[in-house]
Amino acid sequence: MQLDGKIPAGPLKDKWDRHRFELKLVNPANKRRYDIIVVGTGLAGGAAAASLAELGYNVKNFCIQDSPRRAHSIAAQGGINAAKNYTNEGDSIWRLFYDTIKGGDFRAREGNVYRLAQVSNHIIDHCVAQGIPFARDYGGLLANRSFGGAQVSRTFYARGQTGQQLLLGAYGALCRQIAAGKVTMFPRREMLDLVVIDGKAKGIVARNLITGEVEKHAGDAVVLCTGGYGNVYFLSTNAMASNVTAAFRAHKRGAFFANPCFTQIHPTCIPVHGTYQSKLTLMSESLRNDGRVWVPKNSGDKRAPGDIPESERDYYLESKYPSFGNLVPRDVASRNAKEQCDMGKGVGETGLAVYLDFAEAIRRDGEEMIARKYGNLFQMYEKITGQNPYRTPMMIYPAVHYTMGGLWVDYNLMSNLEGLFVLGEANFSDHGANRLGASALMQGLADGYFVIPYTIGGYLTGESPGAVNADHPAFADVVQAVEERTRKLLSVKGKRTVDDFHRHLGLVMWDHCGMARTNEGLTRARETVRALRSEFWENVLVPGDSHDFNQSLERAGRVADFMEFAELMIVDALHRQESCGGHFNEAYQTEEGEAKRDDENFAYVAAWEFTGVGKDPELHKEDLTFENVQLTQRSYK
Amino acid sequence: MTQTINLTLKVWRQGGPGVKGRLDTYHAENISTDMSFLEMLDVVNESLTLDGKEPIAFDYDCREGICGQCGAVVNGRAHGPEKGTTLCQLHMRHFSNGDILVIEPFRARAFRVVKDLVVDRSPLDRIIQAGGYISVNAGGAPDANAAPVPQETAELAMDAAACIGCGACVASCPNASAMLFVGAKVSHLTLLPQGKPEAARRALSMVDTMDTLGFGNCSNERECEAECPKEISITNIARLNREFMKAGFFSNAR
Ligand SMILES: Cc1cc2nc3c(=O)[nH]c(=O)nc-3n(C[C@H](O)[C@H](O)[C@H](O)COP(=O)(O)OP(=O)(O)OC[C@H]3O[C@@H](n4cnc5c(N)ncnc54)[C@H](O)[C@@H]3O)c2cc1C
Ligand code: SF4
Ligand code: FES
Repeated sequence: MQLDGKIPAGPLKDKWDRHRFELKLVNPANKRRYDIIVVGTGLAGGAAAASLAELGYNVKNFCIQDSPRRAHSIAAQGGINAAKNYTNEGDSIWRLFYDTIKGGDFRAREGNVYRLAQVSNHIIDHCVAQGIPFARDYGGLLANRSFGGAQVSRTFYARGQTGQQLLLGAYGALCRQIAAGKVTMFPRREMLDLVVIDGKAKGIVARNLITGEVEKHAGDAVVLCTGGYGNVYFLSTNAMASNVTAAFRAHKRGAFFANPCFTQIHPTCIPVHGTYQSKLTLMSESLRNDGRVWVPKNSGDKRAPGDIPESERDYYLESKYPSFGNLVPRDVASRNAKEQCDMGKGVGETGLAVYLDFAEAIRRDGEEMIARKYGNLFQMYEKITGQNPYRTPMMIYPAVHYTMGGLWVDYNLMSNLEGLFVLGEANFSDHGANRLGASALMQGLADGYFVIPYTIGGYLTGESPGAVNADHPAFADVVQAVEERTRKLLSVKGKRTVDDFHRHLGLVMWDHCGMARTNEGLTRARETVRALRSEFWENVLVPGDSHDFNQSLERAGRVADFMEFAELMIVDALHRQESCGGHFNEAYQTEEGEAKRDDENFAYVAAWEFTGVGKDPELHKEDLTFENVQLTQRSYK
Repeated sequence: MTQTINLTLKVWRQGGPGVKGRLDTYHAENISTDMSFLEMLDVVNESLTLDGKEPIAFDYDCREGICGQCGAVVNGRAHGPEKGTTLCQLHMRHFSNGDILVIEPFRARAFRVVKDLVVDRSPLDRIIQAGGYISVNAGGAPDANAAPVPQETAELAMDAAACIGCGACVASCPNASAMLFVGAKVSHLTLLPQGKPEAARRALSMVDTMDTLGFGNCSNERECEAECPKEISITNIARLNREFMKAGFFSNAR
């Protein structure tokens, strides 16, 4: 089937305006008759729940954490982009649009990305009105910093806690609607399935994580804002509860999953230090502005960094990419670090790290200046590693960070399943094959504050409110399926813990479906994942029972879904016989070692339809047409 | 350098809200000093699970010191002995071989124990719902640079806004007061011009709600400031008190 993204016709600049005018409106008095389910309280979900309630809809909002304020968005550090051009450097909506399309290696839709750039400015206005304490210049106006992939400073930030502050803004707006009775909040709930009636999403089934009760919730539309699936790799910079469950179960109910193999590996993270490790910590990429990346020239050189003379160090990024040096984009920096370590030049106890050295910057600018710029990051590094980066170089290594793939949605952010909307990192829509820094926060808030409030109306006008309630037999069927699965997980009583399986799966994915991929590796990984999945269902050990607060059971359900989802990622990676952005197949690279696209054959979105566990999914294509930009080959030499 | 240490843990185990709890003893062996405190608990839980026992329930999510979901009292100190550090960011190199660690949940009249080390901190959400926001709908905001804010003011607001809502201040206060938490939010918003119109109503309503929910009063013990992982200053409580008085005397917000 050829998929239709429903991009409005007309010139790029007018599409969104025209579409908003053409969308049918729900009569204000009628809005209160519609119930909308919003799953997730991150930037996308929090913003959506609050703004839909502001319009008058009744919202039921769900999250896993004990409070909506703790969604994973809280951890974002660096900042949020907008095309304000406050710096007078020549930024514009067009430039932000262009940078995002190019950064995504030409695998995103022009229409969506242009709209994102258009609403970016409203986001900043709204956030300031909410009281977000963005950084300011001496004159009291907003400050900007620069980020990878752009030549203008367009990133707004609140120290190293931008995500936290933006999320607390959305959380405040949400709290206001909870107090007004327009949002009913369901924290410590995990959506375990989607209820589809006559081809339309009409509700969810969720587990109360405190009592274990399986609950039915009906609504006129379901909005999924459940974040990314980076934790399929076990180790990632994502929060521990980040998962694919909600999205994947919707997939199993008919929603197409788009571009699942597009994952982003961030180059500057604190390296793995032991097998017990539970997660990885990101160090902002701004560090690459002053830090120099190097490894010893000779493989196996185990001397302390200070004992290795200049002449025996290899500043490989500077020598290989003279014009961008240490500031090459994320994917390029990550792949090069891996390459050095594969050659045995990695440093530290595990050999899986490279140095990020500030000695020269400290000599040049003084310790005080460096402390002012990066003090909090240096402190965080020291807290975790026990080493002082002012004295010895930092050690860094790439880590899984973000997932560009997600449920397929059209221009209205509606999936192929009618009534199911998908926002934020959970959808696939705006970043193509690679996301630029500071653009995820922008997209989450754009979707939640400024897109869904309009587009959901267009759908609801065709639906009579409250047409289905939770007594509909379809709900009972889904509850039964969910309870059966839980019972099965608990009854295996095998010998390996959930984390043990998860770690194993993560390692397979990291080795074969990570930074660099080969057809042989992927083919082998698919077999390994299948075998691991069968072993999981025969040998997993989940203690406790289902009518209780049971964290092992929660994790078991998520890992079970990752086991199935991992295979879909591999299938997608294998089918895409090109390299682009975060998907690097070693067989397709330029002479410079860059990702080599095949625009003739792969300029499309791959949207997969579920056909059964272990069965080949069915591929649907949405062709990407570029009317406004020229497709080019990236080069950073 | 990485070392391994052995520890004795005395951990609060409690099956549910109404049930009686007790301290149980566990041995954490071969713990790498590079581990975080929560990773140490993960290791203990893995071995409990393999032994057919129930793992210890404890809350966490980001493991980066920002979500505010983790927290326990370690040897009498909320989030453990390191200053300005959440439990997830506390590393085992701060402990010595042979140490005995007593690990208990954040206790307060307003926080119910859910299970073991997990408590219900939803009363903190209820306080925010009482007015810890600026009332603006999406869509109507003026240009972000329309109202300049002096840099020092923005920085002060950010200092207060850094609160992660973990509840350690409540757990460490002899009166189980939430004044530092409330003071931080009221300060963040009232310092900024955008937050001024609702300042009086906000202060009154948040303090009222805090009282109703069973949090105690502030008697200047300063334990909250000492234990706060984000080092929120008690000057924020002074600012809250000023706002509260001003609101009571000069406005008809009540
Ligand atoms: C360390 C780090 C730093 C980052 N820094 C930046 C940055 O500087 N700039 C930038 O633009 N981006 C950054 N990102 C990316 C960005 O933070 C995320 O992409 C974005 O916040 C995702 O927001 P979201 O609303 O889509 O999902 P999330 O914030 O992940 O929220 C998901 C929500 O869904 C809920 N949920 C999930 N599954 C279920 C379920 N089954 N049932 C019920 N609820 C469920 C969760 O409880 C949560 O409330 C960073 C990411 C990381 C990991
Ligand atoms: S004031 Fe400090 S201790 Fe209290 S909730 Fe906020 S961060 Fe936690
Ligand atoms: S787990 Fe998020 S602050 Fe500790």
